[in-house]
Amino acid sequence: MTFHLIGVNHMSAPLEVRERLAVSEAQLPDAIRRLVQQPGVDEGMVLSTCNRVEVLTSIRQGADLRSFLGSYFGVSPATLNSHIYEFEQREAVRHVFRVASSLDSMVVGESQILGQVKEAYAIARGLGAVHSALEALLSRAFAVAKRVRTETAIGSSSVSIASVAVQLAEKIFGSLENRTVYLVGAGKMAELAARHLIAHGARNIIVSNRTQARAEELAESFGGRAVPFAQMYETADHADIILTSTGATEPLFRREHGERLRKERRNRPVFFIDIAVPRNVDPDMNKLDGMFVYDVDDLQSVASDNAVERRKEAERAEKIIELEVDRFTLRMKSLAVVPTILSLQEYCETIRQAEVDRIRGRLGTITAEQEAAIEAMTRGIINKLLHTPITTLKSSTDHPEAATIHEMIRRLFNLNTGKPKE
Amino acid sequence: MLPLFWLRVALCLYGVGLLCALASLWSGRKVLTRISLPAVGLGSVFHFVSIVENAMFSGTWAPSSMHGLESLLAFVLMMFFFLIYARFGATSPGLAVFPLVFWLTFSASSYAEPTEPSAPMFVSLQWIYIHVALILIGYSALFFSFIASILYLIQERNLKSKTGMSSFWSRLPALATIDEIGFKCLIWGFPFMTLGLIAGSILAEARFGTRYFADPKILLSGLMWVVYMVLLYTRWNAGWRGRRAAYLATFAFGAALLAWAANNFSQTHRFIAP
Repeated sequence: MTFHLIGVNHMSAPLEVRERLAVSEAQLPDAIRRLVQQPGVDEGMVLSTCNRVEVLTSIRQGADLRSFLGSYFGVSPATLNSHIYEFEQREAVRHVFRVASSLDSMVVGESQILGQVKEAYAIARGLGAVHSALEALLSRAFAVAKRVRTETAIGSSSVSIASVAVQLAEKIFGSLENRTVYLVGAGKMAELAARHLIAHGARNIIVSNRTQARAEELAESFGGRAVPFAQMYETADHADIILTSTGATEPLFRREHGERLRKERRNRPVFFIDIAVPRNVDPDMNKLDGMFVYDVDDLQSVASDNAVERRKEAERAEKIIELEVDRFTLRMKSLAVVPTILSLQEYCETIRQAEVDRIRGRLGTITAEQEAAIEAMTRGIINKLLHTPITTLKSSTDHPEAATIHEMIRRLFNLNTGKPKE
Repeated sequence: MLPLFWLRVALCLYGVGLLCALASLWSGRKVLTRISLPAVGLGSVFHFVSIVENAMFSGTWAPSSMHGLESLLAFVLMMFFFLIYARFGATSPGLAVFPLVFWLTFSASSYAEPTEPSAPMFVSLQWIYIHVALILIGYSALFFSFIASILYLIQERNLKSKTGMSSFWSRLPALATIDEIGFKCLIWGFPFMTLGLIAGSILAEARFGTRYFADPKILLSGLMWVVYMVLLYTRWNAGWRGRRAAYLATFAFGAALLAWAANNFSQTHRFIAP
């Protein structure tokens, strides 16, 4: 049994190639069925997301997955060969662990991929395409992903401007639940940022825009209300978060407005997210107690700091994964000798049983004690003889020549054909 | 002495908790808080055992010496810490509380207990006990509110400096959470402090008459109470936060510290030497 992984991702292949290999959700069951019908393929699953298409299998010798991919998707071998990666055994295990832990993702640390892997696994399992080997691998991969998430800060910092804004807002207000967001200006960027804030619990959306119609349209889509541009300052008193994105050439919110806001709001903090260029909020506002002003550059610099931080955390995560790969491969190796040990014991037991039957026929009537003695004696001999081969097998899993030792024992006892020689 | 033994066990555990908390501060890993919290938790269990044994030994819950009082205050602080942790999930106050608790427990456990129950005191021990318990809760609340105002200041600076999420301080609770911790502590502590002071005054009145009110201890306690009230008022009414609130809280804490220390030079409010 060998773990095998073949696929393309955002780094190895351009979108045109990934598109051709992508498997839609409806197509997935068919692809998996065809996959496990391939000669030499014991188990298989397919992971297809917008950034990767991967085929993970447990194979015996003779399986050719490259040509399966080529024929299934109708892609020429030349195209395939220049974009595809292929891993076996330990390398495949490492790759699966890295993918599940989001180290192989376009945005390292994003949390979606784990869910996608889990879903792909569930589908393959539902079709009966996954048994013990892949099950062991995948359930370990999920545990590793969890470990990476709890022991490193890889997923904790945001790397896009909108998510940085949300994270900062949460640092100020705790939860965004029931906070009021005031959009001054109703551009696309403002809309995007507002959607992020709403997704994190912000309610009561107020919109003001030079063109009232656009403000009303946007407010309606958020279930909020539109307020005329002229009432901007009075409205601001009710807002916890003020998101500015107008084309005004002079700052709309200056220090004196801040002083007023602070008084009206009895020192409760206000978070200005200023994504307008030129800026809508005077940077001096940030010097007032309780006023927090972040402009586009500030958000961008936090985002890139976070990206650096993520890379550092990713290095720690790689170390964890290396350890886990070691542990898993060792465990798989020790599991691999279990069938040999069982058939060795079975083999000897068959011989013993046959010999005991023969001697019983010759001896005629024997007492129960005599029969028990024969049983005990023959069992004792077998156990003593088998002791060394079994312990050698068990302890050899870490030995460089483990496979040779394993094969040697199978041959010596003729375990490959399954029948004791007469 | 047995009570002292358990107190020393508690001290060791507090020490472990403190070291782990400091180490996690230094290394920036969360892992260590997994050791720190159970250690101080177990420590406070043993601490409680020592307090109970001490009370059984001396026949009263009221502390009979300054060291007994220190031990009790350390315990109340610890309980406050766990209450806040349970309610807000905030561990960062521990950075200020653990050193103080450790120091108080250390001081309490490094002196020999009186070999006999101390001389019976002049007023009802039950009253003394109530007075002490109320005041200690008030002190703890004030201390936590002080810590919260400092943490608020740090977090505010951190957010204004725009250094991002990678610095250690960015792992502090959200500004609103810190604010709520500080405010809740003030609100809940105030009645305890007030009733404690009233209980103390009644006791003193009964024993010394009005002479007592010229004592430095009572004057400082009075000052502390006034600052406490101002703090509460500005926070309640004007919503003072950040810098100004932190200055006031520091002032209140300083007054509380003086009032506590006044035990050492007060003529009337002191423990009878064993």
